[in-house]
Amino acid sequence: MSGAVSVHLWSSLTRFTDGARVVAVEAGTVGQVLEALSGAYPGLEPILEAGVSVVIDDELVTDHHSAVPEGAEVYLMQRIKGG
Amino acid sequence: MAKDGLTEFRLVGTRPDRPDGLDKVTGRARYGADISAPGMLWAAVVRSPHAHARIVKIDTSKAEALDGVKAVITRADFPEGLTGEAWNLQENTMAGDRALYDGHAVAAVAATSAFVAQDAARLIEVEYEVLPHVIDVDDAIKPDAPVIREGAADATVPEGMPPNVVRYMEFGHGDVEAGFGAADLVMEKTYKTEATHQGYIEPHACMGQMGEDGRGEMWVCTQGHWFIRKMCTDVLGLDPAQLRVTPSEIGGGFGGKTTIFMEPLSLALSKKAGGRPVKVVMTRSEVLRATGPTASASMDVKIGMTKDGQITAGRAEFRMQGGAFPGAPVDFALMCGFAAYKMPAVEHIGYDVLANRPRAAAYRAPGSPMGAFAVESLVDEMCRELGLDPLEVRLKNAVHEGDKASYGPKFGSIGLEEVLQATKAHPNLLAELGPNQGRGMASGYWFNHSGDTSVSLAISEDGTAQVSVGTPDIGGSRASIALMTAETLGIDYEDVRVNVVETGALGVNEPTHGSRATFASGKAAVMAAEQAIGEMCRRAAAKWGIDPEAVEWVDGAAQPAGPNAGKFPPMTIAEIAAKMSSTGGPIAGHHESVPEGVGASFGTHVVDVEVDPETGRTTILRYLVVQDAGRAIHPAYVEGQYQGGAVQGIGWALNEAYIYGEDGRLQNTVFLDYRIPVASDLPMIDTVIVEVPNPGHPYGVRGVGETGITPPLPAIANAIHDAVGVRLRSLPMSPPAVLAALKAKE
Amino acid sequence: MSKTHVTTKVNGDTVEFLADPRASLLDCLRDNLGLTGTKEGCGTGDCGACSVTLDGTLVCSCLVLGVEAEGREIGTIEGMAEDKELHPLQRKFIEHAALQCGFCTPGFLVAAKALLDQNQNPTEEEVRYWLAGNLCRCTGYDKIIRAVMDAAAELRGEAA
Ligand code: FES
Ligand code: FES
Repeated sequence: MSGAVSVHLWSSLTRFTDGARVVAVEAGTVGQVLEALSGAYPGLEPILEAGVSVVIDDELVTDHHSAVPEGAEVYLMQRIKGG
Repeated sequence: MAKDGLTEFRLVGTRPDRPDGLDKVTGRARYGADISAPGMLWAAVVRSPHAHARIVKIDTSKAEALDGVKAVITRADFPEGLTGEAWNLQENTMAGDRALYDGHAVAAVAATSAFVAQDAARLIEVEYEVLPHVIDVDDAIKPDAPVIREGAADATVPEGMPPNVVRYMEFGHGDVEAGFGAADLVMEKTYKTEATHQGYIEPHACMGQMGEDGRGEMWVCTQGHWFIRKMCTDVLGLDPAQLRVTPSEIGGGFGGKTTIFMEPLSLALSKKAGGRPVKVVMTRSEVLRATGPTASASMDVKIGMTKDGQITAGRAEFRMQGGAFPGAPVDFALMCGFAAYKMPAVEHIGYDVLANRPRAAAYRAPGSPMGAFAVESLVDEMCRELGLDPLEVRLKNAVHEGDKASYGPKFGSIGLEEVLQATKAHPNLLAELGPNQGRGMASGYWFNHSGDTSVSLAISEDGTAQVSVGTPDIGGSRASIALMTAETLGIDYEDVRVNVVETGALGVNEPTHGSRATFASGKAAVMAAEQAIGEMCRRAAAKWGIDPEAVEWVDGAAQPAGPNAGKFPPMTIAEIAAKMSSTGGPIAGHHESVPEGVGASFGTHVVDVEVDPETGRTTILRYLVVQDAGRAIHPAYVEGQYQGGAVQGIGWALNEAYIYGEDGRLQNTVFLDYRIPVASDLPMIDTVIVEVPNPGHPYGVRGVGETGITPPLPAIANAIHDAVGVRLRSLPMSPPAVLAALKAKE
Repeated sequence: MSKTHVTTKVNGDTVEFLADPRASLLDCLRDNLGLTGTKEGCGTGDCGACSVTLDGTLVCSCLVLGVEAEGREIGTIEGMAEDKELHPLQRKFIEHAALQCGFCTPGFLVAAKALLDQNQNPTEEEVRYWLAGNLCRCTGYDKIIRAVMDAAAELRGEAA
């Protein structure tokens, strides 16, 4: 299952997305979102590879198999950890 | 399965003695340096006395010739060809072509005693060619600064940036310019914080053993032994499964013990010394020169506010150096800076910059204290300018569940409003202030973190339980995990033993960091207990000859669920356990996941100070911490986290700083000169635990370890201004700095 | 370097060891005698983790040479509980959650006992100044001070 998902990037990544800060991808899981992003914008790949935190609506999601509901708002953030 | 805020628990929320208390008050608990083994050798490390220098030649022959020396290593003994973070770790463990900071390791020896090892280290001759260095972040970001490392910038850095910028970020939302246009007051200021050290009282220590066959063991004080395993084996080119790492008791970490420093040296030395175990114990000055610290920051903040205190827009541009390697927490500093405010428009820009300093490690809510210092100071300045009550302004702009966070997504359940209301109601706010006394407040935020978590639980033959966790107990997590497990199983707290086990015993665990031990290991322990309960219900059902679905678990016993299930007397956990061998064998549970449902924590602090106008010394008169714990499993240890975090923040605000000479060498390398707060500096630290349960945790836990270090920096700056009318925008606010500000005001 | 034979009493027991003349009393306790309850936080007399008593006087064992122990009486954390009975300070530290990581705890207990041995009714300020040479990075001192005050009250025979 996959549907249209809008992905919000942090704005300095717009260098790699022809200026777009919110990009639409077809995906059904978190992993597919990341793959679709790398596919469409290869410049993002090293950054996604290095690790990002993914927030779907208000939930931080770590499992790349997690489903992304159609129409969801996905945020990519710098990877969060802690002291 | 979240419990609502009104649920009463049998054990959760009580304050029993911690299970490791007896060992720790009798001196029996074994920390990093407390272990020895037959045939053990002692190590000493040779460190660069220069901030930046080419290593021309290392002559180890005299050291090798010394009686009792069994191994000498330099970078030549490490595998080549590493890249990325593995290379960073290796380079920081042992310098390659260049020493990048004062204290950078360049060689190490292992010998039959600590004294022989130290003598041998002194016999190692290193020839350096001293290079220009740079220490301050604002110098390091200049286009013509000495270049620390070519090619260290990652893909986020656009062409044409200064050479020491290694990561760059911009994020935000809304129309910032329009927001500033709509404001009645727009202010922009620059703030600076100095690097500070985590300052755990136990220096890093380990004992490593590694044979020629690449199999080894390590005993180490760490927040996370799987991290140690991965990092050591990455750096040495070994197979992680062949290294078994056992965590000692840990004498404090605060983020500083989530990475490696000298641990790989023990393994490399051991291998070279024919597999004899090698103990490495850092001195305090090695700890200060070569481990931790946190980043230093230079921050521009701009805020727009209406006359009645509505924030219309914000902009933050932060520059941070985290030493000679990438990783200054500028991202988190920006993300936390405005987190307590509903921001119609906000823009963040961040630079991670290299400098000739030790590699920054995580320090309690990494980055958040710096961000708070800048934003919470400026908010206070603007409230004063507009004649507004800073608490009311914070309430007016406070974020709630469902609001868009300053850093992007929507907030889930949070308790900022509740925290601010509890602050407002606290009697400390009514205390009278005398001359040269002032009051300041500030809020702080930390996301909290989950991470790889693996826990197992076994029911013993008598119905007691043992839980194996992979998160070292730094501040009472054995107690909190035992409380939750006992609550779930319906047995006594004393009947659960929680063990922190070695890497061979569980799946991968992230460290005790990100305020995650009680959240993540606790949640996994509850899941493991529920799995064991399921098995015990099945065994009761089999005995009764009813459907397992028709059995429920109540107060530590299986019983038929309702009258239709049949009439049988409850079977207690002890009865089921006693029969386990004849009913299917051992009863256990386990859980492995990256637990979801992390709950973020907001806190607000209020401090009263008195400033001595003669000396510039600031005395803390009263201190209040109010913070959302979600639910306090063991309230005494939650209070302890609040108090300890606040006092680390007080040290950062008033005293602590890395002080460098012109030569780029660290000048305060002992506790006498790197002065952390002592008992006579402080009053009691008042605490209020606000409980807005986290729906993502079976008992509502949020994680409380980190937020508390964040508000003290700005709260104290705000209080000093309230007391004597001077605004300090640079840390530490030490007596000379305050005195200079007072002089300048006259 | 040749070593010196040292005979001394630790927690009431006569012990002997060979001390490197450069070794601190702390090193000798930990490495020669296996008494690792006494901790090293700094080695420079600044943290108090190594607190012991020497002929009844509170000292930083990192600042005393091992050879100076000859003929003296040393008290360490391992000797604080008498006949398996915890000292009230030890009990109160557990009860008040006055330890988080516990690394500073042996030093605090030895130092606090030295205070209560000479002053059973200290003020909060006296406790704070007496313990100002003991660093704790975890607790912010609040619960440590309360535990010491409470132990003092118990020793005075006042109900807590
Ligand atoms: S180790 Fe002796 S005072 Fe710190
Ligand atoms: S409890 Fe950790 S240093 Fe005191």
